[in-house]
Amino acid sequence: MEQVRGTIDGINGPVVYVTGSKEFGMLQMVHVGREGLIGEVIGVQADSTIVQVYESTTGLTPGEEVVSTGMPMSATLGPGILGNIFDGIERPLRVLEAKSGAFLDRGQNTHAIDSARKWDVTVTAKVGDTVKPGDIIATVPETSLITHRVMVPDGVAGRVETAVPDGQYTVEEPLLSVRADNGTVHTVTMQSKWPIRTMRPVARRMPISRPLVTGQRVIDSLLPIAKGGTAAVPGGFGTGKTMTQHQLAKWCDADIIIYIGCGERGNEMTQVLEDFQKLVDPKSGKPLMDRTVLIANTSNMPVAAREASIYTGITLAEYYRDMGYHVAIMADSTSRWAEALREISGRLEEMPAEEGFPAYLASRLSGFYERAGYVKNRNGSEGSVSIIGAVSPQGGDFSEPVTQNTKRFVRCFWALDKELAYARHYPAINWLTSYSEYMDDLAEWYEENVSPQFLKTRAFIASLLQQESDLSEIVKLIGSDVLHDEQKLVLEVARVIRLGFLQQNAYHKSDTYVPLDKQYQMMEVIEHLYQAVREIVALSIPIGQVKDTGIFDEIIKMKYEVGNDELEKLGGYMERIDSLCAQIKADNRD
Amino acid sequence: MSIEYMGLTEINGPLVVLSGVKNAAYEEIVEIKVGGRVRTGQIVTIHGETVVVQVFENTSDMSLTNTVTRMTGRPMMLPLSKEILGRTFDGSGRPIDGLGDIFPDTYEDINGRPINPIAREYPRNFIQTGISAIDGLFTLIRGQKLPIFSGNGLPQDALAVQIVRQAKIMGEKEEPFAVVFAAMGVKNDVADFFRRSFEESGVLDRVVMFLNLSNDPVAERILTPRAALTAAEYLAYTHNMHILVILTDMTAYCEALREISSSKGEIPSRKGFPGYLYSDLASLYERAGMINTSSGSVTQIPILSMPNDDITHPIPDLTGYITEGQIVLGRALDLRGIYPPIDVLPSLSRLMKDGIGEGFTREDHPDLSSQLFAAYANVEQVRSLASVIGEDELSDLDKQYLAFGKAFEQQFIGQGKDENRSITQTLDLGWQLLSMLPREELDRVDPKLLEKYYRPANEPA
Repeated sequence: MEQVRGTIDGINGPVVYVTGSKEFGMLQMVHVGREGLIGEVIGVQADSTIVQVYESTTGLTPGEEVVSTGMPMSATLGPGILGNIFDGIERPLRVLEAKSGAFLDRGQNTHAIDSARKWDVTVTAKVGDTVKPGDIIATVPETSLITHRVMVPDGVAGRVETAVPDGQYTVEEPLLSVRADNGTVHTVTMQSKWPIRTMRPVARRMPISRPLVTGQRVIDSLLPIAKGGTAAVPGGFGTGKTMTQHQLAKWCDADIIIYIGCGERGNEMTQVLEDFQKLVDPKSGKPLMDRTVLIANTSNMPVAAREASIYTGITLAEYYRDMGYHVAIMADSTSRWAEALREISGRLEEMPAEEGFPAYLASRLSGFYERAGYVKNRNGSEGSVSIIGAVSPQGGDFSEPVTQNTKRFVRCFWALDKELAYARHYPAINWLTSYSEYMDDLAEWYEENVSPQFLKTRAFIASLLQQESDLSEIVKLIGSDVLHDEQKLVLEVARVIRLGFLQQNAYHKSDTYVPLDKQYQMMEVIEHLYQAVREIVALSIPIGQVKDTGIFDEIIKMKYEVGNDELEKLGGYMERIDSLCAQIKADNRD
Repeated sequence: MSIEYMGLTEINGPLVVLSGVKNAAYEEIVEIKVGGRVRTGQIVTIHGETVVVQVFENTSDMSLTNTVTRMTGRPMMLPLSKEILGRTFDGSGRPIDGLGDIFPDTYEDINGRPINPIAREYPRNFIQTGISAIDGLFTLIRGQKLPIFSGNGLPQDALAVQIVRQAKIMGEKEEPFAVVFAAMGVKNDVADFFRRSFEESGVLDRVVMFLNLSNDPVAERILTPRAALTAAEYLAYTHNMHILVILTDMTAYCEALREISSSKGEIPSRKGFPGYLYSDLASLYERAGMINTSSGSVTQIPILSMPNDDITHPIPDLTGYITEGQIVLGRALDLRGIYPPIDVLPSLSRLMKDGIGEGFTREDHPDLSSQLFAAYANVEQVRSLASVIGEDELSDLDKQYLAFGKAFEQQFIGQGKDENRSITQTLDLGWQLLSMLPREELDRVDPKLLEKYYRPANEPA
């Protein structure tokens, strides 16, 4: 096939205008100029083709050549992705470092995955088997945590004619040859390509039924997210978006984490890299990096690659989902992605909609979030992709277009609150303005796996927080002294919930991750405290007497005192509450 | 010999348009001769044989016929050698101290190149500034970018100078240290104040100054921070020095960017600033850090004035999203005569968590700072309650908080312009103040630490 070639005519930031050929196809990947910078066709006009370039365009000259690859922008898929760190268009940063040192040079075309490395392959397909796209034909231990399942790529189906024996192979060596019904023979290797802007096909979507357990109390107990669900974490700067994302990436019970640092700080990516290599997975004791892929387009890296990074990330996620894994994507931050869209749209002189964002912002956002889901794969396995996207609203104002449009496409909204962050209440998720639509879908799971009483206890906690918010309006106006004891009790217990339950210390060894059982039992202790003290208040005994015993503060500190493997200690708190209350009652009878 | 182009097609503010140009490279530097003077500019858009050039000096006296333009074929390069220490340059990097040109060891592209995230070294070394509010509550870490958000009339310059004078890296041998100072659109007096202060504290021979004052060309303002950061990177990564970069005033820089964007006819986003303001600011701020091939570091303290004290204005807002925290100065404290008037609640240092505590400062530091924040946040609530119901109606506990709040502002936040407190003094002072509150209020502190440090006045030590 003859390659399509054109020449550069105009340059404006990352946007390059190409003339000389009318054959360029939309969304094709092209090489631009002498250095072969990677770009993508984003518009075709009568007299010129518009290309966005994923690298700095400084020094490009009109007249330089632009060559089409004839393929859409694609991600390379195969073993070697996990534990790696890539830029926005899937170039491995470790390889780039070896080539160009501490600073990034442009025009470095490298393989996404190491093509020299030999993998231990166990071939599961046999000669004579009939295979279709998505079928698993071999397995490879990719990391200590994850077995890579090699799948038949799209466009290949038929009878297996030859299969190699188990052994060591590179990603480019053939494993199978497959003869299709029409007689053509395809070779299957471990490596395949997939266009990043197209969703990978599945057999069918399944209903949401299992939570993504995160070990964070305010999330798991009050505002849960499901496997295959979507959540948005909006918050102004300094409210802990990144911290929340890091906590989820560390502790959530997904099999694989794809962490997309989209237009954020370089030091944060370094921190994730360092932390995840040191931290171990609580279940297996292996380094967390073995289940993690990082995609880094820091805020000073080329803006067009920022736009692509989100799609690269979700394509990798879908690939592992197809193998039957539960994958969670952390995208920090989707606002930077939207701003990249805006920047490129501005350079194209498109008509802007709200706040300069292009009119297609909403459809792009929905296209991204809709790639999440809990699915039945074509090979019969089940897998899921969950998306947790941080949103950085300008000025912390949630009415701006990115937050508002994101809200339409996610079912879980964890609003980070400046006031809470200022008081160093972390995670600063505001329990009143946040919501999760997944609780109903997950109710059955919680009742079966945690406790049949779970929903009741959760409702108690939620209602107490609601009552506190109502009462605090009064307190703000006239002070807390005028409240009667029943109301004061609500305030006291709500304080216990806020400080002792919702607030969670990411740096404390037993508080950074809390299993569901412990979360539930802590809620039970708090409910018991409320009921027991209410009996006392009902006897017209002043609540001050209970406060003086220090029991409220004792309960607040239980999160630090009770380790995650000593839940029986929580029973001790129940007894302590009972005996104290009995004591107070007895004292007042005399 | 390179081709020279006679004349221009259009002049619009700092932008000029040339036609019939062949082989112009995007973002290359051009030299425009008018009369006997040479001005420099940069190609910002190419369309066919038409190029748009942004002129860094002003365009006065230029006409469509009196100019001769030459393409240099390279981006803006800064000549560098170790001699730049102690020298003063204009906003585009030419010496203005009358000491002549420098003899360069190397030329560097002032736009720099992004640091590969995996080549970064995660910053962990505590820098003691001797200012309690900063050391105790939002610790500065080597390689961090920590801006000062100020307002007109607040003492941000005095604070920056105090940091420069007192900054000390803990627990290590003397390492080479220098300051790169970039002024964008600041008043002559302010530049003078910095120069005088550097002189008085005897650091002038370790300072590199880049000055674009408020009456200097606007377009040159775009180059100033880039030239300064290029010099800083050169000293840090080639000569392994620890560099503190002060960029003031970022607001003037952003306004220059807006001015040029609007004369280019670009589609504006919030408040008329260009849509790429975030990426542009990031290309400056992200040049702070440490890399694994050098022992040097670049620490940035950008100063910006919040227009109308509004922290949600696009400039502070976007800055806060890129930098690793912020130190916010508050007018209310300033009016009460407290120096430095650091507004504690909105201020933050994102890197402090990994640079404090046992092995770095002292084991009680994380809990102590968290507790001071929580207590002071509560003081604010009590104050708003008191403003409604009056101080007399407050509960005893609330009154204790009010007393704590007052003492905290005067003794902990407030300190002298020459007062240099060690981290131990700062932490001890923090405990002294917390001891004004009842023990059960201190829910952020590990009970073991309470045992060791909590000493209420009415309880024997």
